[in-house]
Amino acid sequence: MLEKIFGEGFSKQAKSDKVFDVLNYIGLAMILLLVLYPLYFIVIASFSSPDAVARGEVWLLPVDFSTEGYQRIFEYKEIWTGYWNSLKYTVVGTGINLLLTIPAAFALSRKELVGKNVIMALFTFTMFFGGGLVPTYLLVNNLGMNNTIWALVLPGAVSTYNLIVARSFFAQSIPEELYEASIVDGCTYAKYFFKVVLPVSKPILAVMFLIYAVGHWNSYFSALIYLTDRDMYPLQVILREILIQQQSVAGGSMANAEAVEAQRKLSEMIKYGVIIVSSLPVLCIYPFVQKHFVKGMMIGSVKG
Amino acid sequence: MKKTPQDTAVIGAKQLSFKDKAENVLKCWQLYAFLLPALVILILFSYVPMYGVQLAFRDYNPIMGITGSPWVGFDHFTRFFNSYQFKQLIGNTLILSLYSLIVGFPIPIILALALNQVKNSKFKKLVQTVTYAPHFISVVVLVGMLGIFFSVNGGLVNEVIKLFGGEPKLFMGEVKYFRHMYVWSGIWQSMGWSAVIYLAALSGVSPELHEAATVDGATKLQRIWNIDLPTILPTIVTLLILNCGSVMSMGFEKAFLMQNPLNMENSEIIATYVYKMGLINAEYGFSTAVGLFNSVINCILLVTVNKVSKKIGQDGLW
Repeated sequence: MLEKIFGEGFSKQAKSDKVFDVLNYIGLAMILLLVLYPLYFIVIASFSSPDAVARGEVWLLPVDFSTEGYQRIFEYKEIWTGYWNSLKYTVVGTGINLLLTIPAAFALSRKELVGKNVIMALFTFTMFFGGGLVPTYLLVNNLGMNNTIWALVLPGAVSTYNLIVARSFFAQSIPEELYEASIVDGCTYAKYFFKVVLPVSKPILAVMFLIYAVGHWNSYFSALIYLTDRDMYPLQVILREILIQQQSVAGGSMANAEAVEAQRKLSEMIKYGVIIVSSLPVLCIYPFVQKHFVKGMMIGSVKG
Repeated sequence: MKKTPQDTAVIGAKQLSFKDKAENVLKCWQLYAFLLPALVILILFSYVPMYGVQLAFRDYNPIMGITGSPWVGFDHFTRFFNSYQFKQLIGNTLILSLYSLIVGFPIPIILALALNQVKNSKFKKLVQTVTYAPHFISVVVLVGMLGIFFSVNGGLVNEVIKLFGGEPKLFMGEVKYFRHMYVWSGIWQSMGWSAVIYLAALSGVSPELHEAATVDGATKLQRIWNIDLPTILPTIVTLLILNCGSVMSMGFEKAFLMQNPLNMENSEIIATYVYKMGLINAEYGFSTAVGLFNSVINCILLVTVNKVSKKIGQDGLW
């Protein structure tokens, strides 16, 4: 029994090691609960009647099972516009990210590339120093990208960190023999990249896809500063209004106090469901890429 | 290791003549084509703004543009140093990030060391999968969740406090709670993900070392301390340097979202100040100067920590 819980060889250990194992498991189980419970609570609260949640009656299971929150969410038009916008920004943004990062990382992984170190230094430097908020903002403005998708997807199109991770992968995980064999066959770099390298690089592609896509899906700051058109707002900006701005008692003018109150009540009702709904896309892709990313992170931890 | 023809070619490359080098460049033209789009983006969105940093020394005038605006030297900087908020901003930024670093840095290491001892692979996988999950939650949702759990009206934490006979507290609205909420929610969100790197490094520990130590009668704690920890020390040092280097570049997003008029005294940090001055008040020159000051301090910190780390016999970043 004990062996089953603590793994083989548990009972053969010295007493102090047994105590250690037991304490270790208890500690980890507590961490597990601490992380899991808030997430679980959001799920059960989203299926409970809002009144029961507000009275603090929801602990372990949904109370007064209700899907009212979800029904309200379906009727909430801005959430769905935001959803669609976020999806658009994520697909386009991630596409650009991958198109730019992966080939560049491959090129930088080739030892024979003249000037490789200089280019790498150019990239690395930006990790530690940058122009800052205002110069970037003015540049995006001057390029006329305000209120367009480009303001959200172009400025961060290549993340240096991801570039280094991908480069390390290409440099370390792809046997040099593959390259030599391809060259003997008369392959050009492009052909070698598309025919040989990409098919064996699924782990890194998965990791890059996940990191970039989640980044786009979750980002709100660029939208906050570059978009003024409400119809273009991504989901996170709408979420901020529902989850955060309604919580702080914003002083509306007396005339629309009623409307503010109504909006506050609605927010109260949908806030749990909206967290679930907004996290669904990430939850959906997570299992598919999860098995790859430990490997991807491992490579990333190797100093670039 | 066997030398491949490639290696010899690379070694030989050092003595190549200029003509051969040029030929090499030509041969690699496809690689340069692969690099070009990324380089264009890098130069446009990273280096052009760096050129725009001169705004910090100018009085920005939209009609005359960045380079045409009048030069004011260090005026913006002196204004910042003399402003009544200067001390508060620096203090808030430093305290918040040092608090995050001191508490948040060791926890993933401990988590990884603890997980590494777990032999029950199902349990290990469960803990890992669950602790990774919050990493994928957006800041907006995270701060929203803080609002939900720490609310005075039926928030879980206050319900628990009431259960034990305490008075409900206005967690989101009181200055003294801001830092704790900020730091611990960050730990909740990122400890699992940060532990991955250490777990990866721990997988490089040779089992023979552990076997030999066990034969010699070493306890688990002793083995963790004397075998596991030294093995991952280089990884720890690298990450520590990186973290120290960003001490002043405290993330904008979360602090901004957690800010409300009630906790401003502790929640106004340099990044949020730069945003407000620059984009809300449109004081472009001043805001750039504050941002530049911050970046420079960061760079100095990074270089210093790197030097110190080399002095004490660890690898630096460069």
